[in-house]
Amino acid sequence: MAKITYVEHDGTRHEIDVKPGLTVMEGAVKNNIPGIDADCGGACACATCHVYVDEAWLSKTGEKSSMEESMLDFAESVQENSRLSCQIKVSDELDGLVVTMPESQH
Amino acid sequence: MSSASAHVVIVGAGHAGGTVAALLRQYGHEGPITLLGEEPIPPYQRPPLSKAWLKGEADADSLALKPLEFYTENNIDFRPNAVATKLDRGAKTVTLADGSTVSYDILILATGARAISLPIEGKDLAGILFLRTAADAEALKAAVGPGKTLAVVGGGYIGLEVAASGRALGAEVVVIEREQRLLARVACEALSSFFQDRHVSHGVRFELGATVTGYLGRDGHVVGVRLDDGREIACDAVVVGVGAHPNEELAKDAGLECARGVVVDLDARSVTDPSIFAIGDVAHRPMPIYDRMFRMESVPNALEQAKQAASAIMGRPRPPGECPWQWSDQYDLKLQIAGYAFDVDEIVVRGEPASGKFAVFHLKGDQVQAVEAINSPPEFMMGKMLILNRKPVNKAKLADPSVSMKEVAA
Repeated sequence: MAKITYVEHDGTRHEIDVKPGLTVMEGAVKNNIPGIDADCGGACACATCHVYVDEAWLSKTGEKSSMEESMLDFAESVQENSRLSCQIKVSDELDGLVVTMPESQH
Repeated sequence: MSSASAHVVIVGAGHAGGTVAALLRQYGHEGPITLLGEEPIPPYQRPPLSKAWLKGEADADSLALKPLEFYTENNIDFRPNAVATKLDRGAKTVTLADGSTVSYDILILATGARAISLPIEGKDLAGILFLRTAADAEALKAAVGPGKTLAVVGGGYIGLEVAASGRALGAEVVVIEREQRLLARVACEALSSFFQDRHVSHGVRFELGATVTGYLGRDGHVVGVRLDDGREIACDAVVVGVGAHPNEELAKDAGLECARGVVVDLDARSVTDPSIFAIGDVAHRPMPIYDRMFRMESVPNALEQAKQAASAIMGRPRPPGECPWQWSDQYDLKLQIAGYAFDVDEIVVRGEPASGKFAVFHLKGDQVQAVEAINSPPEFMMGKMLILNRKPVNKAKLADPSVSMKEVAA
C-alpha cells in the first residue's frame, strides 16, 4: 500500500492507503474524495481529474504523455505541477505522495 | 419530513444510480439510502466493456465505481438482484419481484436503457449477444478469439468499438449496417468514411446498406446471419448494437409523464411528481444550450444528472449548465465528441483526415453546435467551451489549423 494525501482546495486533507497498480485518480474516486470528478473513468478524455503534484514528488510521478499534456493545456488553473491523476500509476515508490485539487474541475 | 432525514430509494445501480448514492453522502445526506440493482454486482463502469475490459486490459476490480465495502461503510443499503416491478406513488412504495416492498420519501429512477433486439427468425439462438452489462461482456469475451468470426449488427459506436476489440483479440469481424455509411445517425460523412477506412485497414469487413433478415442456427447456436439480398454470412457469434430503449415502464405505469424517457426539469425532477427524480439514460431532460429536450445515453450525462438530483435533494445550488460530451476509443484513435449537431447548416473540417488528427465542427450560423475531434484534444476542449458559451466564431480561422484553438476562441 502507498499512503497518498489528497488535499482539497479548501485545505481539507484525506490520507488514503492506495493499492499499487491503481491510479491516483482511482484511489480518490473509490474512497469518495471530493474534488476529483474523473468523468471518463480514466480514458484521458476529459481533464476532470486534474491535480497539483507536490513539488517534491514531481520527478517520481513520471512524464506526461502528449495526450495528457494536450488535455491539460485546456484545463482551468493549470500550473507547472499540474497532472491528470488518471495518468499517474500508484507504486510503492509513491508512498507519501501529496496531491492538491484545483478549485474546479471544469 | 425534512429532506436531511428522508429515505432516498434509488432504482437502478448503474453509473447514474451508483453516482447519485455516493454524491448524496458526499453532500452530507444523513437519512437512509437504498440502492436497488438488478445485476448481481455493485455499480461499475460500462464504457470499458467494449474496449479495455474486452481486450483484457482492465479487471473487475478496476471496473467497480466503488469497492463493495464502500456501501456498508457509508450506510448505503445496496441490494443486488433486486428487480423493481411496480411503483405506487400514492403509497410511496416500490414493489420488488420477490413481492417485498420498499417505502421511499424521495425516489430516484436510474433504470437506464436496454439493448434493442431484432425481432427476426432465430433471435433466441445462443451466441446472439448484446453489450450492456458485465455479464454480456463476459459472454462476448468467451466468444471471440483467433479462428472465430464475429458478426456485428449495427455500425454505430458500440458496434465499431466491439469490431476494433474483436480484431485486437484475433477474431475475423464483419460489420453489417443498414445505412449506406457507418455512424449514419450520429456523425457526418467525413467521419464515417474516415472510420470505415481505418477499420478496413485493420481487416474489418463491411456490408453496408444490408439488413439482417434472419439468424441461422445449428443445435441451438447461431452459425450465421442471412442478409436481405439472400446471402448468408457464417459466424460463430453475433453482437447486436442497433440502439437502446429507455427502461421507463415503471414510471409510465405509475402515471409519470414520459416521452421516450421520463420527462424531468433542470433539477432532474419528474414534471409530474416532485418527490421523484429520473437520471441517466432513462431521463428525457431539458438542454438549455439547444433550447430543447431530449434523452442522452452517455456517462457524462449520467454524472451530470446525478449531480443535479443530489444538489436539488440537498438544497445545494444547481450545478452550472454543461456541454454534453462523450468519447470513443478504437485502435489508436481517440474520438471526443462535444455537443449534438442540431439545426446544423455548415460543417467545417479542421485538419487533414488522412493524418489521423482532425476535427469536424458543426455550425449553425456562426455558432458551434457540435465538434467531433479525432486525436485532437485542443479542438475538443475549446469546442466544448464554444458550444457552452454560444460565442460566434470566425470560420476562416476555425478551418485553418495554423491558427491555434485558443486564438479561434479568443
